[in-house]
Amino acid sequence: MKKLLLGNAAIAQGAYEAGVRVVSSYPGTPSTEITENIVKYDEIYVEWAPNEKVAAEVAIGAAIAGARSMSCMKHVGLNVMADPVFTASYTGVNGGLLFCVADDPGMHSSQNEQDSRHYAKASKIIMLEPSDSGECKEFTKIAYQLSEEFDTPAFLRLTTRVAHSQSLVEIEERANDELKPYEKNPAKYVMMPGNAIKRHVVVEERMKKLAAFAETTNLNTIEDNGAKIGVISAGDCYVYAKEALGTKVNFLKLGLVFPLPVKTIQDFAQGLDKVYVLEELDPFIEEHCRSIGVEVIGKEAFTLLGEYSPNMIKKAILNEDVEIAAKADEPLPVRPPVMCPGCPHRGSFYVLKKLGLTVSGDIGCYTLGAAAPLNALDTTICMGASIGGALGMSKARGEEFTKNLISVIGDSTFMHSGITGLVDMVYNKGTNTVMILDNSITGMTGHQDNPTTGKTIRGEATKQVDLELLCKAVGVEHVRIVDPFQVDELEKAIKEEVNRPEPSVIISQRPCALLKTVKYTGHAVITDKCRKCRKCMQIGCPALSSDENGIHVDLNQCNGCGLCVNVCPFGAIVKEG
Amino acid sequence: MGKSIMIVGVGGQGTLLASRILGNAIISAGYDVKVSEVHGMSQRGGSVVTYVKYADKVYSPIIDQGEADVVLAFELLEAYRALPYLKKGGKVIVNTQAMDPMPVIIGAMKYPENIAEKMGKMVDLTAVDALSLAKEAGNIKAVNVVLIGFMAKATDIAYDTWIETIKTTVPAKFLEVNLKAFDLGYNYTA
Ligand SMILES: Cc1ncc(C[n+]2csc(CCOP(=O)(O)OP(=O)(O)O)c2C)c(N)n1
Repeated sequence: MKKLLLGNAAIAQGAYEAGVRVVSSYPGTPSTEITENIVKYDEIYVEWAPNEKVAAEVAIGAAIAGARSMSCMKHVGLNVMADPVFTASYTGVNGGLLFCVADDPGMHSSQNEQDSRHYAKASKIIMLEPSDSGECKEFTKIAYQLSEEFDTPAFLRLTTRVAHSQSLVEIEERANDELKPYEKNPAKYVMMPGNAIKRHVVVEERMKKLAAFAETTNLNTIEDNGAKIGVISAGDCYVYAKEALGTKVNFLKLGLVFPLPVKTIQDFAQGLDKVYVLEELDPFIEEHCRSIGVEVIGKEAFTLLGEYSPNMIKKAILNEDVEIAAKADEPLPVRPPVMCPGCPHRGSFYVLKKLGLTVSGDIGCYTLGAAAPLNALDTTICMGASIGGALGMSKARGEEFTKNLISVIGDSTFMHSGITGLVDMVYNKGTNTVMILDNSITGMTGHQDNPTTGKTIRGEATKQVDLELLCKAVGVEHVRIVDPFQVDELEKAIKEEVNRPEPSVIISQRPCALLKTVKYTGHAVITDKCRKCRKCMQIGCPALSSDENGIHVDLNQCNGCGLCVNVCPFGAIVKEG
Repeated sequence: MGKSIMIVGVGGQGTLLASRILGNAIISAGYDVKVSEVHGMSQRGGSVVTYVKYADKVYSPIIDQGEADVVLAFELLEAYRALPYLKKGGKVIVNTQAMDPMPVIIGAMKYPENIAEKMGKMVDLTAVDALSLAKEAGNIKAVNVVLIGFMAKATDIAYDTWIETIKTTVPAKFLEVNLKAFDLGYNYTA
């Protein structure tokens, strides 16, 4: 049977068919749906870990214990989990172990555009790259065979377009999922120097075997169209090239992107006039080709930035331009993402902007507080950075600066890596204020439960981290909970805490407006008390607009959350219905 | 035979469901198909684009400039923005809804005037008041299915295939509204 599946869903299906028993991940676009789809299979234990490092450790432990296991993350998640991954390369596996890492060329939903293929090379772990959903499933299964055959973890590398495109997938049965026997083997699994020195030898021997395998595997395929131009590519670039160039060139499609073959590439290039390398982001394949003496055209004809496309390839290789039907002949306003109507973060940022504080930011829906009209964030680096970052600012600029400084961090992000920053701040006598924006969910990546929500990925009730108690336990004496829609109260709380020469935490608590449990009703109405001061426009609600005639409420968007009612100084906005 | 259909709109308007219905209907009709969506950041009220391509064999999941046979737009400004993606001789179907983006809300830019009229002079355009039809069906969120219904009529996929697809793609509790919305779109004449 064939089914139309998202690349990510196809990986989940592949994991199921491969007999995977344990999956632990942390969400991150564009990888999240792999783990969400695993939930469909009752045979598989699946969890959201608090961060990628823990997720990888769970998967590594399960693999050592004899189960096929998996961990999935976005590219920057691989930075967080790099520590265990590099050493898992030394220990090797027992049950097969797969890390699915999704890169985001074009930064549709990311803070950088790093190329995770470098990690494969640096950690000496094989990496497969599928180009459509069918391959997502097949390569997942092959990766488990290779993982066990070569006693190594494996990477499956995705890009946004592969992860988030649907194509047809053949659905098959689940294979044998028996556990492999577990035996204590410290020489293999206790990585202290005496053992690790010997394991490094094993890793280098494995690399030699893998180099030989790279020459013979049918993960790499050649399509000889008798042309004089050759194209070497992988993943989404391969399908773009195929679409753009059809049979006008010869193709070397690489399904195994680490280690890359040598002789296969040299033979492919033999007798061709020109060889192009098509790959998004860094010249990873290109530099390999040059290092083995194969002349190629790569980044000089394309770009290090963003995504490739069929038209771009047509232009560079065939010098063909595309004709377009029409184009608007006036500047069009962009439509950036915004906080949803009813978003609890809006209240928090309205107050922060009003107070003019320096805001050390973090990553989540609340990063949208950086956009106009709230313009409230000063920094955003990576998950968890808001707290350490603010401490660094304070240590650099002193007490007075700290009175105008606050960190903002979401509940999921706080559990991911904010708590360690808070410990640092308390331990090293910081006096900063941290605002935890607790909307009871991991919002940005599409509503995943986390340790603060009291539910597992399967929706089962579980222990819930008590944020207030947790902050107190690490030594923060001043912890208070405030509703971000009570803007006056929030303003008072923030003023008090930033001025207090002691560490403090404000938990700004109101659930995400998109949660099923949140039931706002009615809508806002602008009454004739309105003096057109436009203060309500400062909250940046997409349901409000203003013109010469005053303020208008878009009833298709307004959900009656009531924030504008609380913000209006003249009581001119009321709720109806 | 084959078609490239680009669906554009504003995050939250239900373009993902529309592309799923479309994709599933196309496989029922026996084609190879690819559907490309972008999740995450852009779903928060930003511009959203999904691509649906079908043919005997489809390679690239994305539709590039000058390639779309149909642009199915859920919002006027997004239709206007997508024009360069339309193939010469292609068709635009646009919902007459206008939604202000943040630069307009904060007064930094103006929402372009008379978009439908301007586009109508440049390309083959049909404007549909899908919001009113969705209201008539019983839920303003059904704008997506109204538009799919309208587009469906211009394809060579049978009516029954569409209905079966909706039944298997849409959650049971919204099925009745969506079937009604589909019919209102399908039977709409501009
Ligand atoms: C290391 C890393 N992992 C994952 C992500 C993807 N990601 C961005 S924000 C976020 C979580 C946001 O949740 P929360 O902190 O609760 O804020 P909310 O979006 O709910 O406001 C995730 C998982 C990332 N950017 N970096």
